[in-house]
Amino acid sequence: MRSSDFGFRVAVGAFAAALLLIVVAIAVTLVNDSTLSIQKFGLRFWGTSNWDPVAGEFGALPFIWGTLYSSVLALLIATPVALGIAVFISELCPNALRAPLIFLTELLAAIPSIVYGLWGIFVLVPAVRTVETAMPESLRALPLFSGPPLGVGMFAAALILAVMVVPFTSAIAREVLRTVPPSQREGAFALGATRFEAIRAAMFYARTGIIGAVMLGFGRALGETMAVTMVIGNNPQVSLSLFAPQYTMAAVLANEFTEAADALYLAALIEIGLVLFVITLFVNMLSRGLIWSMARQASPRRSVLVPRGAEA
Amino acid sequence: MISARTATPRKVLSALFVAACALCVALALVPLAFVLFFVVSQGIQSLTVEFFTHNPRPVGEPGGGMANAIVGTLILTALAAAMAVPIGVLSGVYLAEYPGSRFASAVRFAADTLNGVPSIVIGVFAYAVVVLPLRHFSTLAGGFALGVMMIPIITRTTEELLLLVPNALREGALALGATRARAVFTVIVPAALPGIITGVVLALARIAGETAPLLFTSFNNRFFSTSLVQPISSITVQVFTYAISPYEDWHRQAWAGALVLVTIVLVCSMAARVAAARVANIRGR
Repeated sequence: MRSSDFGFRVAVGAFAAALLLIVVAIAVTLVNDSTLSIQKFGLRFWGTSNWDPVAGEFGALPFIWGTLYSSVLALLIATPVALGIAVFISELCPNALRAPLIFLTELLAAIPSIVYGLWGIFVLVPAVRTVETAMPESLRALPLFSGPPLGVGMFAAALILAVMVVPFTSAIAREVLRTVPPSQREGAFALGATRFEAIRAAMFYARTGIIGAVMLGFGRALGETMAVTMVIGNNPQVSLSLFAPQYTMAAVLANEFTEAADALYLAALIEIGLVLFVITLFVNMLSRGLIWSMARQASPRRSVLVPRGAEA
Repeated sequence: MISARTATPRKVLSALFVAACALCVALALVPLAFVLFFVVSQGIQSLTVEFFTHNPRPVGEPGGGMANAIVGTLILTALAAAMAVPIGVLSGVYLAEYPGSRFASAVRFAADTLNGVPSIVIGVFAYAVVVLPLRHFSTLAGGFALGVMMIPIITRTTEELLLLVPNALREGALALGATRARAVFTVIVPAALPGIITGVVLALARIAGETAPLLFTSFNNRFFSTSLVQPISSITVQVFTYAISPYEDWHRQAWAGALVLVTIVLVCSMAARVAAARVANIRGR
């Protein structure tokens, strides 16, 4: 290797190292700046519900609950729809429709969160309120639907999250389905399978990757901030009720960060950021691992999704 | 399982499945149509010339606009691009040119990780490393947060596009005695440039629509400002402020801001799509 080539490698490598540095810096900064809260509350921070900045008591359970609950609900709504779209676009639809449909779903993903939030406040929330009001008393007695019909709350948040997650999950599931060798479908058809049966075979083949795609959508939902903040009602409580106003980790950061007057309050909020960082990191790593192992099994062909370096 | 006798129910099931998948597509397009319809119909009413030329007025005074926020968003995205394009493109070059090393795997992993970090957490990070040392909210902090978000997108896009460049070009340049740097910057990168620019434009469109990382970095400013060390307004934060306010007039402004944001996104993604189609045509793919 020429020395100038070595110099080039080091120079561009330094820029690449910046990426590593940023990720490490995020982790270190979050831990460092939340030390005060970590030391004072320890594990209590994760398990108690008392969030009282005036008294200096911080328990993050309602936020963790709200984040997980809203994301799981969103996933329940979004997954079947997203997979249906992925199957339709990659397996069923006429060629001429494919590009426009991909464009439209990408557009759904490109609309800024704040625009979804604005739409949520003025269109979705009143609509949800109408549904809640129209719900019969017998159903309202269930814990799942208890509470006054406010419109804002868990249900509105889950709906808007689902809308935002669908294009994301379906895009990745589509890519995953593309890595299924055509021989899988051809084999099924050759055995006399119907379309559904052939696609089922392809989806079964791609199951790890599809689970990865769903989990990647889950990771997206966990960190989603603006739209959720605007429709969830921002009330820290652990409740099963879909109609209850609740709170998420991202939302409490968005709402209270600029108000954090003392060091402990700020540290507690940064610890919430740390928790969110760790959870999303874990979910993303797991899902990328699944997608990668699926793609490796399917074909040695390169794929946009796959961290290629892992092959080496 | 597969026998001619059970063909009819199986065919019905299959048809139902196809219909269900088509229904899913329709189901996803409903919210898209709804959002676009409301943003356009509500936004267009308030989208006057004044919206682009005036700063916000105090509550109760009708009129005013988002001139300061529009300029703010432009400055913030420009700062982000100034930070992210060099780092993103050059680290993409590294990943494409030296793909096998353990260091490259680590960088790729870091890029994917960073891509998955919630934007609000990036905001917290920017607050800790820029706002706290400077002791106040600033344009720099907001640009930094957006830049951090933009880097991994550009890195991975650049890498993918450079790998699409035929290896013969790379080998040809090296065989003619070019250094690696010369081969990269005069042959390989130019071949992938249209695609890279498309990727940068798409990343910019995404970044311009971000709110969460700006809430406690660039904050907001009621006045016109171009200072890098003062808080600055942005369209997204301004829309948020207006949307959660109780004032009818501010709600109208929020819709107009949303329309501007959606227009930016639409124009960018359409332009990118046209550009991508042209690149694909040239490659004959």
